[in-house]
Amino acid sequence: MSRPAAAPRSARQRRSLSAIFLIPVLIGLFSLVGLVSALTGDGLRDVLSWAGLAVPLLAIAWAWLRRRQ
Amino acid sequence: MSQSTIQIWSWLHKWSSLVCTLFLLMLCLTGLPLIFHHEIEHLTGDEYVMPDLPGDDGLESLDTVLAEALASRPGEVGLFMSFDEDRPVVNVTSGPAYDAPERQMTLMSLDWRSADFVPPPVEEGIMAAILQLHIDMFLGLPGKFFLGAMGALFVIAIVSGVVLYAPFMRKHDFGTLRVSKSPRVKWLDWHNLLGVVTLAWASVVGLTGVINAFAEPITATWQSTQLGEMTAGYRDAEPPAELGSIQTAVDAVKAASPGMRVQFVAFPGGLFSTDHHYAVFLQGATPLTKRLLTVGLVDAVTGELTDIRPMPWYMQALLISQPLHFGDYGGLPMKLLWALLDIVTLIVLGTGLYLWLARRKRSVRTLMAEANA
Repeated sequence: MSRPAAAPRSARQRRSLSAIFLIPVLIGLFSLVGLVSALTGDGLRDVLSWAGLAVPLLAIAWAWLRRRQ
Repeated sequence: MSQSTIQIWSWLHKWSSLVCTLFLLMLCLTGLPLIFHHEIEHLTGDEYVMPDLPGDDGLESLDTVLAEALASRPGEVGLFMSFDEDRPVVNVTSGPAYDAPERQMTLMSLDWRSADFVPPPVEEGIMAAILQLHIDMFLGLPGKFFLGAMGALFVIAIVSGVVLYAPFMRKHDFGTLRVSKSPRVKWLDWHNLLGVVTLAWASVVGLTGVINAFAEPITATWQSTQLGEMTAGYRDAEPPAELGSIQTAVDAVKAASPGMRVQFVAFPGGLFSTDHHYAVFLQGATPLTKRLLTVGLVDAVTGELTDIRPMPWYMQALLISQPLHFGDYGGLPMKLLWALLDIVTLIVLGTGLYLWLARRKRSVRTLMAEANA
């Protein structure tokens, strides 16, 4: 999925699949850690779950704030 | 991706979404209060405080507790017995027959120390109606299977939506929300962003919802395979006329599995047991093993342990699907996050429906423009 080295500058306009999905996949992994962590214990593992599940919501908040600027 | 591949995925996304959207809107709306059902019941009901019973630390025999409970339901038999985790309370479910359907069952709660009645968990009112709508739309098993199928379509819609995300985002950064006069462009960007960030959560809640919808057939499979294997010697035996002590049955299983906690007991003749056994379900002591159950079968007449085994993977998957669908395993902050993610999913569904409607309107307008040309 990597571009050849001689790719034209138009790469800014046409993104590779890995560039498109990098952030969504990371958000998905954080969500999964959040979903599983609290199943395995209490206390810190609950906190880790809250943090993981907050990531998709924070991403939405970030995109919204960026748009307003 | 070629143009024709994109068209196939868009067809899949359009139709899987269109068929399930109205039901998914209902599921998300009813699911929202259900996330907080525990808190809502605490707010609306008077919370019962267990009385102090000075000088009486011992627990009554489960046979005494059962007899007290059944004395209030003449003609009925015991079906299940479960044990609260945080207080000495035994819950007894009774019904007119061992294979009675759920709606004919009665749940009673008794103080384990005195065998006195305590208020049972609230099971009526608006929250119960919302729950029933969410589970089967008041249509019983066919309603459950139907909603399970809608959940499966929802998962297909998520997968096809992720595939289509790529061609839409070729020219945009992640999180792009275009400032545009066209509401269609604006809501398309929101639909893409909200859909892709909730991908993992919505898939897990969707898939576990589907698994929960098929709980009955999964349990029936387990009953005919694992329970059948464990009790092969009983195949031709007559069901017992009189049941032996339930306390003896629980003690027999406890003795064979030190360090585990008894979660519930299923009486002979129901979906969770055989015709000849008390099925005693044990949970581990750690948070991780708490949800993975082991089943011990005790001859309901002699009180002797027949066999004890961990439940098979598909029953464990069913058990683990419950918390993952309800979001009730990480305290109030997790419930709040669950509610917010549920609302985001509602917006994804709503914007998706809008995009389809707006597209139809435009194409009709295009057709009219052509016709008037």
